[in-house]
Amino acid sequence: MATRDAYGKTLAELGKENPAIVALDADLSKSTKSILFAKEFKERFFNMGIAEANMVSTAAGLASCGKIPFASSFASFLICKTFDQLRMSIANPHLNVKLVGSHGGISIGEDGASQMGVEDIALACSLPGFVVMVPADELSTKELVRLAAKHIGPVYIRTGRPKAPVIYQNGGNFEIGKANIIREGIDITVIANGLLVQEAVEAACICSEKGIDVRVIDMHTVKPIDVDAIVQSAQNTGAIVTAEEHLLSGGLGAAVAQVVSEHYPVPMGFIGLKDTYAESGQPDELFKKYGLTAEHIVDKIEKTVKRK
Amino acid sequence: MNIESLKEIARTMRIDIINMIAEANSGHPGGSLSAVEVISSLYFKEMRHDPKNPTWPDRDRFILSKGHAAPALYSALARSGYFSPDLLLTLRRFGSPLQGHPEVRRLSGIEASTGSLGQGLSIGLGMALAGKLDQKDYRVYVMMGDGESQEGQVWEAAMSSAYYKLDNLTAIVDSNSQQLDGWVKDIMELEPIIDKWKGFGWHAIEINGHDFPQILNAIAEAKATKGKPTVIISKTIKGKGVSFMEHNVEFHGMAPTKEQKELALKELGG
Repeated sequence: MATRDAYGKTLAELGKENPAIVALDADLSKSTKSILFAKEFKERFFNMGIAEANMVSTAAGLASCGKIPFASSFASFLICKTFDQLRMSIANPHLNVKLVGSHGGISIGEDGASQMGVEDIALACSLPGFVVMVPADELSTKELVRLAAKHIGPVYIRTGRPKAPVIYQNGGNFEIGKANIIREGIDITVIANGLLVQEAVEAACICSEKGIDVRVIDMHTVKPIDVDAIVQSAQNTGAIVTAEEHLLSGGLGAAVAQVVSEHYPVPMGFIGLKDTYAESGQPDELFKKYGLTAEHIVDKIEKTVKRK
Repeated sequence: MNIESLKEIARTMRIDIINMIAEANSGHPGGSLSAVEVISSLYFKEMRHDPKNPTWPDRDRFILSKGHAAPALYSALARSGYFSPDLLLTLRRFGSPLQGHPEVRRLSGIEASTGSLGQGLSIGLGMALAGKLDQKDYRVYVMMGDGESQEGQVWEAAMSSAYYKLDNLTAIVDSNSQQLDGWVKDIMELEPIIDKWKGFGWHAIEINGHDFPQILNAIAEAKATKGKPTVIISKTIKGKGVSFMEHNVEFHGMAPTKEQKELALKELGG
């Protein structure tokens, strides 16, 4: 199941449990899946039309009157188009607004660069007081969306378009700001989120055949980042590679590097989009071209381990 | 409160504005002075609010979308009892809750953080929607500038407020015809402004924004208008009340000198 589907389902469930929850969308409810909430709670759903800035500030007004608004659109439009509204209407007064950007990253595919949210995490993380999360699969989305609804304050959650492989086969414990170790290892740690968690797991399998024992961490919360998990990984494995479906500027890699360099410097490598926009194509074609596959991670692991 | 008392409050607010901005040695006197009659009408006559309980859920809400007119709002809040008027002279000072532009988390009584123009009406729209959802009868007032109305988001909010039939929402355009760089008509013409709002589905009223009976009548008309939001185009004079500031764009964002301050206070009978 795609993380956006898991979001829609969970939001509809939350609607039953908490009457304060309202939802807004900007004419993309069929894509973001907020339509699943809209179908059940017509009076608590506001389609604001194709006017994202207004939608975001309207959500702020609703929150200031005690509602828990979930505002969704494509990550690119929801975050990139409305940055000043996020800043002044929501972050400055620290309002209880939940923003859910679907179609994050380049895996949205054929629609091309205009629709791809590749700067959203950097922008959201730069806003004081924001919690920023990138779930990897169905289960983690459901858990994190529920945690977001409980958390008091602004939250940004990025979801994705394509089906996400199951990462949490046996369930999992989730806490905002607490990373999950997906696989233990002693030679190097890969810290990933979103669809890159699965690529990291595959990379770890390939590496184990080559005699490199890789720890994989799902850093579902980019902000606040799990400092302890990063420092322990630096200490235990002596090298870190980050992997994200985002520009290398200001995303997961940058956040991890800030912790590593301040607390326990070790060699690091970074997997992500390198100062470029992507193009139309199938997600796997794009992951290959832009360096986001398990093979790319393996290559980065090998190079980084050598620098220990 | 009768008209004579309102006039006295307005005079006090103008004196506050001059003193505050002169003391801070920075700020926006022009657009603060033009907004005085409307803001005083709301805080001292029209709005249901309780300075002792600023977060009372049933209160009417006022959003100063043209956040640079903060001194006018701070004066109204102080004079209606939200905080001591002594605090007014700390405007823009390090450590003061009276920020250069209003901030929710710094001062109780502030409903929205503003200063980046164009967002206030959308926030008011959210509050009005919440009021409808909760079947509460509070009203939401949003004051914007005419220069601010050049922001596209204002018209996004205008469109959706009419679509959602928010008759509990009133927008007030403090139309003093000037913005930082000069006359609005020379920078980016907004006329025919009434037709624009009507075209977006609003009930629109034009008044002299320094005339209390006209202001009070317009607010009464807004309250009586059902099924659509109301906009009050409040024609005002930038710098109103201080002869050398009136229509003088230099005082959009400039503090008076010591001599100018004394002269202004003399004119205001301060």
